[in-house]
Amino acid sequence: MSVAIRRTARYEMRRFLAYLGVGGLAFVMLYPLLWMLSASLTPGGLIGSAGLVPPRGVTLENYQEGWQGIGGVGFGRFFVNSLIVSGAAVVGNIVSCSLAAYAFARIDFKWRRLWFALALGSILLPAQVLIIPQYILFRSFGWINTYFPLIVPKFLAHDAFFVFLMVQFIRGIPRELDQAARIDGCGHFGIYARIILPLTMPALATTAAFTFITTWNDFFGPLIYLTRPTLFTVPIALRGFIDATTASSLGPLFAMSVLSLLPVLGFFLAFQRLLTQGIVSTGFR
Amino acid sequence: MVDLPASVARRDQRFGSRLIGLSRLSAGQQENFYGYLFLLPWFVGMVAITIGPILASLALAFTDYSIMAAPRWVGLANFVTMFTGDARYFSAVRTTLAYVGMSVPLVLIWGLALALLLNQGLKFLPVFRAIFYIPSLLGSSVAVAILWFYMFGKDGLINLALRPLGIQGPSYIGNPSYALYTLIVLNLWAFGSGMIIFLAGLRQIPTELYEAAQLDGAGAWAKFWRVTLPLLTPVLFFNAVLGLVGGLQAFTSAYVVSNGTGGPADATLLYQVYLYQRGFVNLNMGYACAMAWVLLTVVAVCTGFLFWSARFWVFYGEDR
Repeated sequence: MSVAIRRTARYEMRRFLAYLGVGGLAFVMLYPLLWMLSASLTPGGLIGSAGLVPPRGVTLENYQEGWQGIGGVGFGRFFVNSLIVSGAAVVGNIVSCSLAAYAFARIDFKWRRLWFALALGSILLPAQVLIIPQYILFRSFGWINTYFPLIVPKFLAHDAFFVFLMVQFIRGIPRELDQAARIDGCGHFGIYARIILPLTMPALATTAAFTFITTWNDFFGPLIYLTRPTLFTVPIALRGFIDATTASSLGPLFAMSVLSLLPVLGFFLAFQRLLTQGIVSTGFR
Repeated sequence: MVDLPASVARRDQRFGSRLIGLSRLSAGQQENFYGYLFLLPWFVGMVAITIGPILASLALAFTDYSIMAAPRWVGLANFVTMFTGDARYFSAVRTTLAYVGMSVPLVLIWGLALALLLNQGLKFLPVFRAIFYIPSLLGSSVAVAILWFYMFGKDGLINLALRPLGIQGPSYIGNPSYALYTLIVLNLWAFGSGMIIFLAGLRQIPTELYEAAQLDGAGAWAKFWRVTLPLLTPVLFFNAVLGLVGGLQAFTSAYVVSNGTGGPADATLLYQVYLYQRGFVNLNMGYACAMAWVLLTVVAVCTGFLFWSARFWVFYGEDR
């Protein structure tokens, strides 16, 4: 009897320590973000301490000032630019990757295994090898200072891990459904559009969320392809903002940084379950 | 030739494929036609923006090319310079090796530890999981690089927190001995996606194995080393490959905290940052391509080694 009680007490103690550890770590992980949020609400943007409470009250001045942007271009413009690029990237990836995935998962064509192996291999290919020739190619098309270099690759299923994700998903859909549709007179396009796409929604949503987040955060692409401030996406604009920032004007920089993270957080909250499942199946980060 | 069933012929009519004479093709030929039709965008991409650029990059690696004038063949000169006459190249290699060598194992250990901690049937698991995962979505953003710059500056969050203890720390980001560690800490902060993969791996381990181990008198430690870890090796392997490939390509945080220089004293000059400088700032595009090919070779050798070594330490089930 007393042994049992001692054991539960020990168990409770361990439990408590686990919660304390996990909770403490969660707090430490979030602290920098909270500190930045709090600084963005402080007049001048410097709290001057490691605390989270703005010492001189809360203000939205930093947000108003930061929204003015850089070089006469407002931050609203940068957000619209980022939305255009990210939105087009999402559409491109969903259409092109689902078409390729349908072919790999459901059509029995010659050399399918070879091409699928090639697609898988391209996932591990370091992007550096492609950057310079792609730049030369897109430059020869006159695509510098346009969004084409950022968007067109998405319409060509360049992000092969989404193809892989969808192939895995489509393989789980019973083939009987295809056959039933075939008997009802559907061809491959009919089966793709009426059977496979609707049933692949979770994989499509995962693709959409990851594509949006990575495109929204992308820095390298806009850095080499966009030089005109009116075309800047949010990350490039933030980078330009640093140059215009002095110690006394940190507030607007922090404010715009916080704003730039909100769409990513929004997508995370909306697609949380799918995202966590998605990285399990693709290892995507 | 196989006779097509009426339904298939009807389908062809519906999609107008009669116009291109599809209904005269055999079923196998039709599968080929549709297979390549669906793959068309991927094929165009594969040829135009993957395989083409790889080959072009290989050719350019043997040239002097500034994009303003036509490439000039220089043979192995780029590689010779890289390995014998470019001190900054060596800085970049050293920095990148230190970065990858420290952050990949640390992120693996840290992610596994947190996954084990979370896997004890805690309440609010989804909440904790979300909090630990969020940083990995934000880690590559410019905003977080800016945050890091001000966290590890002279009057940043870290030093402000140490001040009440009577410690005045230096500017970590401005100090060549510490700057790279701030990037490693950033990578550790963004460990969440690896943790989620570990968590999913832990769920797949059958509980019977733990019960059997318990009957054999195994304690918590023995259970971890003899059941959990062997069964997690495929996940560990997967995370190691991803960490390696991702680490070698890190760019944004190093670029932003060093204002594009890779400084102080090349302490944050990651391979990708130097490649950007040579290719897009100095317009030594041939040299940058040569750098990219050396990296590609290293990545191929490293992942090849990991895959080869997998047979010795990755456990894929009883039948092996």
